[in-house]
Amino acid sequence: MANRPELLAPPEIFYDETEARKYTSSSRIVDIQAKLSERALELLALPEDGVPRFLLDIGCGSGLSGETISESGHHWLGLDISASMLNVAVEREVEGDLLLGDMGQGLGLRPGVIDGAISISAVQWLCNADKSSHEPRLRLKAFFGSLYRCLSRGARAVFQVYPENIKQRELILRQALQAGFGGGLVVDYPHSTKKRKEFLVLTCGSVQTSIQTGKSDCDEGCSEDDSSEDEESGMVSMSDRNRPKKRQKSSNKKGKSREWILRKKEQSRRKGNDVPADSKYTGRKRKSRF
Amino acid sequence: MRLITHNMLSCNIKGVTNGFPLRIEAGNVIKKEVDFNPDFIRHMFAKLEWKALVEGARSMGYAELPEDSPDAAVLESDESFLKKLHHALLELHLEEGALVCPETGRKFPVNKGIPNMLLHEDEV
Repeated sequence: MANRPELLAPPEIFYDETEARKYTSSSRIVDIQAKLSERALELLALPEDGVPRFLLDIGCGSGLSGETISESGHHWLGLDISASMLNVAVEREVEGDLLLGDMGQGLGLRPGVIDGAISISAVQWLCNADKSSHEPRLRLKAFFGSLYRCLSRGARAVFQVYPENIKQRELILRQALQAGFGGGLVVDYPHSTKKRKEFLVLTCGSVQTSIQTGKSDCDEGCSEDDSSEDEESGMVSMSDRNRPKKRQKSSNKKGKSREWILRKKEQSRRKGNDVPADSKYTGRKRKSRF
Repeated sequence: MRLITHNMLSCNIKGVTNGFPLRIEAGNVIKKEVDFNPDFIRHMFAKLEWKALVEGARSMGYAELPEDSPDAAVLESDESFLKKLHHALLELHLEEGALVCPETGRKFPVNKGIPNMLLHEDEV
């Protein structure tokens, strides 16, 4: 993406009357949105028993993704922060219910009522602080926390996201896991910069049974499922039993080692706290002149 | 906004513990026909808060639902009951009006069928 809309203005201001109309009248965007929502629904893996489900569409905009949900026979509830986008949705007579709301403020839905949630190109907006009161980490936390509560057991949530960089991706994923979700990232067409699409697939309260693989142009499964929660390094510490006790004591006195500090920082990071980045200076001793 | 959504919405203001159900102040209620699917109604029934639904339907001018939550057996056999529930859940739309938080009395206006659930900064 050459220019990212979330860097230009907050969503409720960027998607004004003209932008909302432009968005919905562009056949290219409509086509892309339909494809993305179809894929998201596929990843949602709803049971195929013919019973319609009640789904949540977060950042529904003008209801382009909602239309795909309606076509597959499900009912939906859409949430968006842009009133202009929702007005276009009303004009287009979408079948779902619409709510004007800010996902960063939490969803405000009763626990356990939603059968699944999708979101197309919306969650990355949460990574920006548009007001002085906004703190991306807390807004993501409020969003994922409230989403986890309102989903029923075993339900899934699929988010198509455009994270700006690795840090944003990590921030989103970490907050999702923090809220109690399981799951990870599914990448479609990982080797193409244009077609590459990332889907965050989260499960609520049950173990993931099937393994999703990203779509790919090559026939062999050259997809990658880079769920970073697997990266927890399985470090095993070795200690010599026969070492005399005295020597052990003296080595402990040296103070906190770099490894210890890194481990503690990682622990704190997993809790979702803000932790300074690791560098070559981490755990170094100050020079005596300080 | 339909009653199925109303049955799930609660007030999200910080510090509010009992933000459900939101009271409906109905201004304009319209009816739109939706295909009847008994399976979906049965599926949703387990998740409904019956009292909130009956009250909501009444404030929107529909009083055909029984006061007490019916048994599961009624759901299996009684088609006319399912149709009533279907009508209340999916076909009644609140176009203009407001939702009122039961605890704080905060009003969430509903315009063109869209409830405005945006919170002020001091409510987050």
